[in-house]
Amino acid sequence: MPDPRLSLRGVTKSFDDVQVLRGIDMDIAPGEMVCLIGASGSGKSTLLRCMNGLEPVDNGEVRLDGVDIAEPGFDLTPIRQRIGIVFQSFNLFPHMTAYDNVALAPRRVLGEDARARIEALFSRFGLADHMKKYPDQLSGGQQQRVAVIRALAMRPQTMLLDEITSALDPELVGEVLDVLRRLRDDGMTMVLATHEMAFARDVADRVVFMDQGVVAEEGTPERIFSAPERERTQRFLASILR
Amino acid sequence: MKTILSAAVLSVMATGAFAAGHCAASKTLADGALTIATGNPAYYPWVIDDAPEKGEGFEAAVAYALAEEMGFAADQVTWVRTSFDEAIQPGAKNFDLNMQQYSITPERDKVVDFSAPYYTAPQAVITTTPVVEGGAEPTLESLKGLKWGVVASTTALPVVMEQIQPDASPLVYDDNANITAAMKAGQIDAALFDLPTALFTAAVLMDNGVVLGQFDPSAAENPDQFGMLMPEGSELKACVDEALAAMTENGKLAEIEAQWLQEATGVPLIK
Amino acid sequence: MAAGSHRSSTDQVTRRAAYEAQQKRRANLIAGVSTALVLALIVFLVPLAPGWEAVRASFFDGEVFVRVFPDLLRAFLLDVAIFAWSVPLIFGLGLAIALARGNTNPALFPLRIFGAVYVDLFRGIPVVLLVYLVGFGIPGLGLARPWNSPYIWGTVALVLTYSAYIAEVLRSGIESIHASQRNAAICLGLSERDTMRYVILPQAIRRVVPANMNMLVALQKDVALLSFIGPVEILRQAGIFKSLLANFTPYVVAAVIFLCVTVPATRYADYLLNRDRDARS
Ligand SMILES: Nc1ncnc2c1ncn2[C@@H]1O[C@H](COP(=O)(O)OP(=O)(O)OP(=O)(O)O)[C@@H](O)[C@H]1O
Ligand SMILES: [Mg+2]
Repeated sequence: MPDPRLSLRGVTKSFDDVQVLRGIDMDIAPGEMVCLIGASGSGKSTLLRCMNGLEPVDNGEVRLDGVDIAEPGFDLTPIRQRIGIVFQSFNLFPHMTAYDNVALAPRRVLGEDARARIEALFSRFGLADHMKKYPDQLSGGQQQRVAVIRALAMRPQTMLLDEITSALDPELVGEVLDVLRRLRDDGMTMVLATHEMAFARDVADRVVFMDQGVVAEEGTPERIFSAPERERTQRFLASILR
Repeated sequence: MKTILSAAVLSVMATGAFAAGHCAASKTLADGALTIATGNPAYYPWVIDDAPEKGEGFEAAVAYALAEEMGFAADQVTWVRTSFDEAIQPGAKNFDLNMQQYSITPERDKVVDFSAPYYTAPQAVITTTPVVEGGAEPTLESLKGLKWGVVASTTALPVVMEQIQPDASPLVYDDNANITAAMKAGQIDAALFDLPTALFTAAVLMDNGVVLGQFDPSAAENPDQFGMLMPEGSELKACVDEALAAMTENGKLAEIEAQWLQEATGVPLIK
Repeated sequence: MAAGSHRSSTDQVTRRAAYEAQQKRRANLIAGVSTALVLALIVFLVPLAPGWEAVRASFFDGEVFVRVFPDLLRAFLLDVAIFAWSVPLIFGLGLAIALARGNTNPALFPLRIFGAVYVDLFRGIPVVLLVYLVGFGIPGLGLARPWNSPYIWGTVALVLTYSAYIAEVLRSGIESIHASQRNAAICLGLSERDTMRYVILPQAIRRVVPANMNMLVALQKDVALLSFIGPVEILRQAGIFKSLLANFTPYVVAAVIFLCVTVPATRYADYLLNRDRDARS
C-alpha cells in the first residue's frame, strides 16, 4: 500500500460528557473511496469533521500526507483548500447567488477568477441555468449540488462528503454518482458518509461500518454487504435492508 | 351679645373687603388674595435668593408695592411658579399676574393680556475680555464682526438681526446658562441680554465677562418693555394699570428700579 | 420551468385570481368606508369641543403656517446635513466597536474590554447630557475656532451615543448567524477576516435592517438636540417663531416637514426589504 493520504490513529472526541469517537484508527490511500456507514448518531459526521480539523480532536493523530494536523495549535488554513467538505445541510451562503457561492473562495483564497472552470462545473452537474439563482430559489437537490461544486472549485485532493445524496431527487442520484466516479478516476480521495447502501456497494473501494464511536468492521463492499462477520454489522444491515 | 359679635365680625370682613380695593375686589383668583407667578427658579436681580416672598429684588419689590397700591396687605400676596411656556399656552391660568421679564409683543398680546410696562430694559452686549482685547468696541460696526448667541425666547434675536446685522448667523440657545457656557467655550463672542441680566452674568457667572455697552431703549423702534402677564380678558388689568400709573407718578417705581437695578448706570451707549 | 402554466396564468384570469381580486375589492371597500367614518367623526366632532377655537388658533393658524414655512424648510436642511454626515460615522464606528467586541484573539483582549466599556458607557448616558458635555466641555478645554464648533462636537456626541447602540444591534446580528455558515466558509479556506466580511456581515447587516431603521428614525429626531448648543435647526427655528408669534403652529409645521421625510423614508426601506425578500422566495 502506498503512503496513506489520510491516516488516523487513536482519535477520540467527546461533546461534554458524551464520548462520540472512541479511538478511531483508519488509513485512506490516495485515490481511494471510502464509505462510512452506521446508525444515526454513530459518529460519522463527527469523524468527517475531525478529518479536516473543523472539530478539534481530544486525543490521537490525524495525518494528512504524513503531517499531523491534529496537533494542538497547528495552522489549518492552508490545509483547508486541500480537503473539501460538503455538509449534510449544504450550508450555502443565502445572500449570494449559486455562482457567487462557488466563486468566493477561489477569488479570495487562490486569487483566481475561475469563471470558465466554475461554469464547466455547473454544466457538469446540470446546473448551468441556475448559476444566478439564490439558494432559497433552488430545490434541496440543486442546493446540494451547488455545495459540491463549491467544494470542488477549490481543487481539493480529498473530499469529505456527508450524506450528499440523501437530499437528491432519485433521478439525479445517478448523475451525482457519475460525477463522483469521474472524480475518483481523476485521482480524488473521497470519504463519504451515507445511509444509501446500494450506493456504497456500487461505488466504494472500501466500506467502514461505525458503531457507537468505533470502527466495528471494515472491508470491501462485497464482503461487508454479503458476508458481514460481526453480529452488530449484521443487525444494522438487516435493519436497514429490510 | 350675639348680634354685637356678628356685627363686629361683619364689620371686620367689610373692612377687609374694602381694603382689598374698590377695584380688585372679587376679580382675583382667590378672594382677598393676589396670586402672583414668578419663574422657577427666579433669578437675581429680579428676585433675590429665589425667595419672592421676602420682597427683595426688582420684581419682588414691584409686586409688593403694586399689591399695596391695589389695597392688598403683604400677607395677602400668594406666590406660585410657572415656566415661561406655560403662561402663554391656551387654557386656564393659576395666577392673577405673572412677572418674569415678559417682553410685551403684539403677537403675545393676542393670546394673553399685558399690564402697562413696569420696566423698560435696555439691551446690553455681554462679551469676554479676550474679545475686548481683540478690538471689540461698543459700535454697531464693530459688533457686526462678532459671532453672536441669543436666547430663543427673548426679543434679542430680532434686535441682533435687524440692528446689528452680524456677518455670521447667530447661534441660538435655550437659556442664559447655555449662552454663558458657549461663551466660555469660545463658540460665540457676544450675546444680547437685558442690562440687569447682563450685569449679573458678567459679574457672577463668568470669570472674564464684560458688559460692552447698552442700546438706548428710547432710541429703539420698539424698546423691550416688561409687562405683567395676565390671562386673556382679565378683569384685573384695569386695576393693575391704574396702580402702575400711580406708582410711576409718585416715583415709587423709579425708586425700586434705582434700588435693585442701580447697576444700570455706567455702561456706555452703543453708537 | 413549466412555461405552459405560466402562460395560462397571464392570458386568462384563473378562478383563484378572480376570487382574490374580489376579496381585495371587498377589503378595500370596508377599509375605505371605515376610514371615512373615523375621519368624519374627527372632522365633525372635534370642532364641537368648547376649547377648539382656542386650540385651532394657537396650533393651526394658516397665516402663521405660510409665514414660517420657508424658514423652517431652510432650517430643516441643517437637520438633513447633520444627519447625513453623522450616519456614515455612526455605522463605521458602530461596526468597528461590534467587531472589537466580537474578536476572540487574546492579544486583542484590551480592544474587547474597550468595546464593552464603550457600549455600556455611551448607551447609559442620556444623549442630551452628552451633547452638552461634549458640545460645551471639549471646546471649553481651549480649542480655537473653527475646531471648537458646536457642529463638530455636537456631531461627535451623536456619533458616540448612536454608534454604541448600532454596535450592539450589529453584534446581535452577527451572533444570530448560525455557526454552520462560519464553518462552511472556514472549510473553504477563507480567512477569519474574509469570512466575516463576505459571509457573516452581509447576512448580519441584512437581518438587523429593521432595528437600524428604528435607530435612524430616532437619530433623525435627536439631531434636534444639537440646537441646545447653538445650531438653529428646524425645531429651534420653530421655537423661535413660537415665542415671537406666541403661537404653536410653527411646531406643527416642523412636524409636517419631518413627516414628509420620515414617512416616505421608512416606507421606502420597507419596500427595499420586501423586494429583497420577494426576489429570493
Ligand atoms: N456539536 C455537538 N455538540 C454536542 N453533541 C454533538 C455535537 N455534534 C454531534 N454530537 C453528538 O455526537 C453524536 C454523533 O453525531 P454525528 O453527527 O457524528 O452522528 P452521525 O453518525 O453523523 O449521525 P447521522 O447519520 O444522523 O448524521 C450524536 O449523539 C450527536 O448528538
Ligand atoms: Mg451525520
